[in-house]
Amino acid sequence: MSLLAAAGLWGPPGLLLTFALHPALCLRPAPTSGPPHRDYCVLGAGPAGLQMAYFLQRAGRDYAVFERAPRPGSFFTRYPRHRKLISINKRHTGKANAEFNLRHDWNSLLSHDPRLLFRHYSSAYFPDAGDMVRYLDDFADRLGLHVLYNTTIAHVTLNKDRQAWNGHYFILTDQRGHAHRCSVLLVATGLSVPNQVDFPGSEYTEGYESVSVDPKDFEGQNVLILGRGNSAFETAENILGVTNFIHMLSRSRVRLSWATHYVGDLRAINNGLLDTYQLKSLDGLLESDLTDLAIVKDREGKFRVTLKFFLEEGNQSADAITLPQDDNDNFAMRVAYDRVIRCLGWNFDFSIFDKSLRLSSGGEFSKKYPLVKASYESKGSRGLFVLGTASHSVDYRKSAGGFIHGFRYTARAVHRLLEHRHHSVAWPSTEHPISQLTSSIVRRINEASGLYQMFGVLADVVLLKENATAFEYLEELPVQMLAQLETITGRRARHGLFVINMEYGRNFSGPDKDVFFHDRSVGHTEDAWQSNFLHPVIYYYRHLPTEQEVRFRPADWALPRPTAIHHIVEDFLTDWTAPVGHILPLRRFLENCLDTDLRSFYAESCFLFALTHQKLPPFCQQGYLRTQGLVGTESLRRHREERRFPQGYATVGRRREDGAPGPEGGPLAPGPPLLQPHDSNKEEL
Amino acid sequence: MMSSSFNIYRVGISFVMMCIFYKSAVDSLSELSPQKYFSTLQPGKASLAYFCQADSPRTSIFLEELNEAVKPLQDFGISVAKVNCVKEETSRYCGKEKDLMKVYLFRGNILLREFPTDTLFDVNAIIAHVLFALLFNEVKYITTLEYLQNIENSLKGKANIAFSYVRAIGTPEHRAVMEAAFVYGTTYQFVLTTEIALLESIGTEAIENAHFYFFHCKQVLDLTQQCRRTLMEQPLATLNIHRFIKTMEAPLLTEVAEDPQQVSTVHLQLGLPLVFIVSQQATHEADRRTAEWVAWRLLGKAGVLLLLRDSLEVDIPQHANVVFRRAEEGAPVEFLVLHDTELIISRVEGNTHIEEMQEDEDEDVQSPDMDIQDDEVAETVYRHRKTQLPLELTVELTEETFNATVVASDSIVLFYAGWQAVSMAFLQSYIDLAIKLKGTSTMLLTRVNCADWSDLCTKQNVTEFPVVKMYKEGKHPVSYAGMLGTEDLLKFILLNRISCPVNITSVQEAEEYLSGELYKDLIPYSSMSVLGLFSPNMTTAKEDFTKAGNYLRGCVITGIYSEEDVLILSNKYGATLPALLLARHKEGKVESVPFANSRVQDIVQIVTNALLETFPEITVENLPVYLRLQKPLLILFSDGSINPQYTKAILTLVKEKHLDSLTPCWLNLKNTPAGRGILQTYFNALPPLPLIVVVNLHSGGQVFAFPSEQAVTEQNLLLWLKKLEAGLESPIKWLHQLAFPPTIQKRSSLHILANIYCCLSCSCEPF
Repeated sequence: MSLLAAAGLWGPPGLLLTFALHPALCLRPAPTSGPPHRDYCVLGAGPAGLQMAYFLQRAGRDYAVFERAPRPGSFFTRYPRHRKLISINKRHTGKANAEFNLRHDWNSLLSHDPRLLFRHYSSAYFPDAGDMVRYLDDFADRLGLHVLYNTTIAHVTLNKDRQAWNGHYFILTDQRGHAHRCSVLLVATGLSVPNQVDFPGSEYTEGYESVSVDPKDFEGQNVLILGRGNSAFETAENILGVTNFIHMLSRSRVRLSWATHYVGDLRAINNGLLDTYQLKSLDGLLESDLTDLAIVKDREGKFRVTLKFFLEEGNQSADAITLPQDDNDNFAMRVAYDRVIRCLGWNFDFSIFDKSLRLSSGGEFSKKYPLVKASYESKGSRGLFVLGTASHSVDYRKSAGGFIHGFRYTARAVHRLLEHRHHSVAWPSTEHPISQLTSSIVRRINEASGLYQMFGVLADVVLLKENATAFEYLEELPVQMLAQLETITGRRARHGLFVINMEYGRNFSGPDKDVFFHDRSVGHTEDAWQSNFLHPVIYYYRHLPTEQEVRFRPADWALPRPTAIHHIVEDFLTDWTAPVGHILPLRRFLENCLDTDLRSFYAESCFLFALTHQKLPPFCQQGYLRTQGLVGTESLRRHREERRFPQGYATVGRRREDGAPGPEGGPLAPGPPLLQPHDSNKEEL
Repeated sequence: MMSSSFNIYRVGISFVMMCIFYKSAVDSLSELSPQKYFSTLQPGKASLAYFCQADSPRTSIFLEELNEAVKPLQDFGISVAKVNCVKEETSRYCGKEKDLMKVYLFRGNILLREFPTDTLFDVNAIIAHVLFALLFNEVKYITTLEYLQNIENSLKGKANIAFSYVRAIGTPEHRAVMEAAFVYGTTYQFVLTTEIALLESIGTEAIENAHFYFFHCKQVLDLTQQCRRTLMEQPLATLNIHRFIKTMEAPLLTEVAEDPQQVSTVHLQLGLPLVFIVSQQATHEADRRTAEWVAWRLLGKAGVLLLLRDSLEVDIPQHANVVFRRAEEGAPVEFLVLHDTELIISRVEGNTHIEEMQEDEDEDVQSPDMDIQDDEVAETVYRHRKTQLPLELTVELTEETFNATVVASDSIVLFYAGWQAVSMAFLQSYIDLAIKLKGTSTMLLTRVNCADWSDLCTKQNVTEFPVVKMYKEGKHPVSYAGMLGTEDLLKFILLNRISCPVNITSVQEAEEYLSGELYKDLIPYSSMSVLGLFSPNMTTAKEDFTKAGNYLRGCVITGIYSEEDVLILSNKYGATLPALLLARHKEGKVESVPFANSRVQDIVQIVTNALLETFPEITVENLPVYLRLQKPLLILFSDGSINPQYTKAILTLVKEKHLDSLTPCWLNLKNTPAGRGILQTYFNALPPLPLIVVVNLHSGGQVFAFPSEQAVTEQNLLLWLKKLEAGLESPIKWLHQLAFPPTIQKRSSLHILANIYCCLSCSCEPF
């Protein structure tokens, strides 16, 4: 049977796909007039756009990528200004497992080609941005991705049409006035507009995007930097040694990524200024709301910081303006600055999208991002998906969705959603007998990179089959879409499910937390739920949660209340394969959820069960009874006998009451002589 | 001893408990000022108040728990309030400092007890402590055996005792006991202890968990006599206690003279089965004694009734002496012939698991062996982890070397995962195989550790472990589907040396093939050789046979002959073409089977059936094959080789078609030591051998034993089988019909954990 089943799997898949594509092309109502049509249009050939293009290409879909520059990754040709990428390029982990290694490779895109791994492009731990450009170029080139370069999409509108997949087409107009019609629009344009804060004197500031990167230009100057993100610190780092001092000003306190576990916060590689600040080497950090400030130019052309409030008082002549130090002579920013540099981050470019698309910005905390659902689809128009850095509103300040090592997985998730929505290809899954459940989970928590990078956002799902004799394993589902699982994946979740998620300890991290506190690590299984570092958490639901339950879940919870929950204790090596520390408690948890025995047994034990029980544990049922029992070697069997296995298989209802003096219990009727009494120790077998 | 002040509303409360859900209008914590609070106190009514500073945090773990306790306490008629101490109204109950706030229990306006908040660490502790304080008279807390004996003595002939041991005050078990005491405290004397020593001294074995005993003291008239004790076997939880006490209250033995199907007792309502012991006038006295004994044994597990056959209107089978009725509605009444009272007990106990009441919010029955490895494979592999295996005998493949290797040479690939116990156990067998085959095989033995080469395994369609595949001559890989052991894999590899089917080209060669000469060295691995005979033009039949041969590869030798002179063979073996010749080498016989119009599956079926023996020695390896027949097994257990006379007797019965409904087989304890365990399960101790049993595995699960004093002859066996068929024999054993439960039950403690988690985190949403 295995032979026949295996036969179909060995055909050349590429060939099949090309054949499949042709009829699809013919079937589409040929638009005799009107703009050229594409099923999928991707805006931007940056990492996210190329990643999406790769998946579309592999699936044989009709797509095009629009890129205004003559080559991919144009952002990286200019940014970061000081050319050092802060995404790690860890080339050695001591492991061969390619999937595991992606956990520590933050620059590669996903592909089937092992040559397209970033470690072949740079040996630096923090690589040069030029290498990224070269890498993206190669990625597009080697994989033959369909990118239209030098094509600037200037305007996007919506055209209602009942025939369209989503009830409307997206019409893209390029700089030459040519229109392109798309069924699905995938926006991967990143954040390209420098964030500007409007305050009096903001015109005196230089932007990160244009400030000189030559330290010589800052020799002996007093520098004020607005902002406290990585770009601000990167700029400071570059000129730290040549300035008189650098002051950094921002609304809120600095957030260190090692304290928050969020890669978008200040990385240690850029934080040299913190060191000199704390050692009183004239540099310093200040907190104030920029919108309350004003910058005025004094007679010498230097910049003075004052409050907007003072400016409004009337007299506008530069030297007459009240400065804070007039009242408060030890005001921190009373010195005059030679330069004020603005490093305030970036915003999404909303300008090319027509109002009809209803693409609006996110809430108070994610204004710079367009508003999307957990499936990365715009809340305003169906069929418009936001990918890459611009999609970070979903997990802003939580996970890695705004960075290559995060959005490469969310792009894949979006692609899987689209495959099901438009091509009836169900979310990929593998089906296994229930005896493989523990192993399947252990495998994923030990190697899966998507779960690891996109913790709390993408999670694996185990869908149980009827009577829990088998299960389907789905990887990396956007976990906030759990309630809609059946509609978005095409899989059935009628008999309960497990969700496998990775989490940091809830109270562990934060900008003001001491992450090095004593006893921070947890080693015991019973304390696993208090684990602080990233660790796997398994949720069990008897029924698929509803949308209401997902939406109104407790704050800070990735998922609504489960029927049962299990934390696998954190591990210093992130290796969750310890037989007693990790696997045994997991198995017990799964057993209790499924109400069955998930142990593995040697054939000999199964043999014994088969002749003494009417039902066998799943491992025997699904292995031994199908003539696939585990025989074991002589020495293993000897160990087994020493330990008197199998243990406790006959313990149901074995306990006997004591204290009741047994009265004469004779035979009820004449018959053959009685056999031995009943109460011998079954456990001793 | 019995407080009367509570009786007024206790009636109402017990009603509440039975209905479980009592709709209360107010179930959130009311916040009052001290003055307001004291004005609400009603005489005789209990009230629990938490005094706290007005400026204290609005939420705390304690408040969460208290909030949760509001509703259950209200059900007991106890009001709960949070009293905010404001500056203007000080009360002596308001503590001086924030962290010295206490909880007070009042009856009317009399202070009964004060509790520091850390005693009331969760909702269970709150309820347990409050009830404990209120039921001070009803529940005696003791610490010595002497005290227990005093109570026991003083109650003999008067009242029964509900004795419980809990690990600590304030645990969920303690709460359950207190809730039961609230309802039953006037009927029974409740006695509570937390002393393990006390529990040990009354002879309890497993003392890790809470225990609940019922002491039957009321009917003890002789003061020197001990009270009988019944242990509740279910976990200590309110509903279980309630059910247990209900069964203690029910009459021990009832005499009935009506249709067992119509009888209804409290047991059925509680989900417990009924056991009727059939009696007649003549033996009434003796039967009653037996029934009473059974009833004591089954107290709390089943209802026992004495059924008077003489005055019964409905017919019950003549031989039946026990009637068994399960609690499920519509479950058929079973009429049994049981010759041993222990069998009745085992019958009931084998069934009780299902009825165990599951309480949703019950306690964490965490067993201490939670982290003791009870997976035999994991355990043995772990203990073996430091043994060096000669892994170099197999070739380790990587992503880079895999394709080149399997293309260059015929290879067996073991896909395994280094962290998975089953894989690692099998890897040892695989290495043993490599040792056996060292230098002799043309097949390359290789392995891929999927923990390292995950992508490679996925590409080879391997998603579970271990998997063995054979890559041969650049053809599609064949997955090995046999037992994961050295012997079976060896057989698979050796038999795959020749193609399946082998093309036989001359009559001479065919004869050599059938006699076993041609593949002499393979005959030990294939007890049968199959030869398909075809005329040269039977292309479809040949194709089907080839497919079947391919399917059977590694399990039996197959050959194909379709030369012009095929008639020579078909005539010789009396076969009509197309035909299968089955050569059994052990017996030296060749059998022919016509298979015109058979599909691939049919051919496979014919061959696999032919591989089955009529009276096989059953072993660990071959049992699954015989179980597929779905018939009861007739097993002859033998210590060493079988007596030829027995074989003859059984083979005669087979020949005469008397054993068609059974799978006859024998088991040699010398080859299959596991047989000892089986016999021990059937007979509780090792009986003298040889011995014949019939095991009905697939329906019913009865085990019948051939009377050991009878000689194993055709006649005796036949007679016995006839009696079996007629239902005149009673089984010696019922096999467990339950599914395997989790190794350690850890009920719903998981969401309690989640709750704690939630409360420790910054956001303390009600969970």
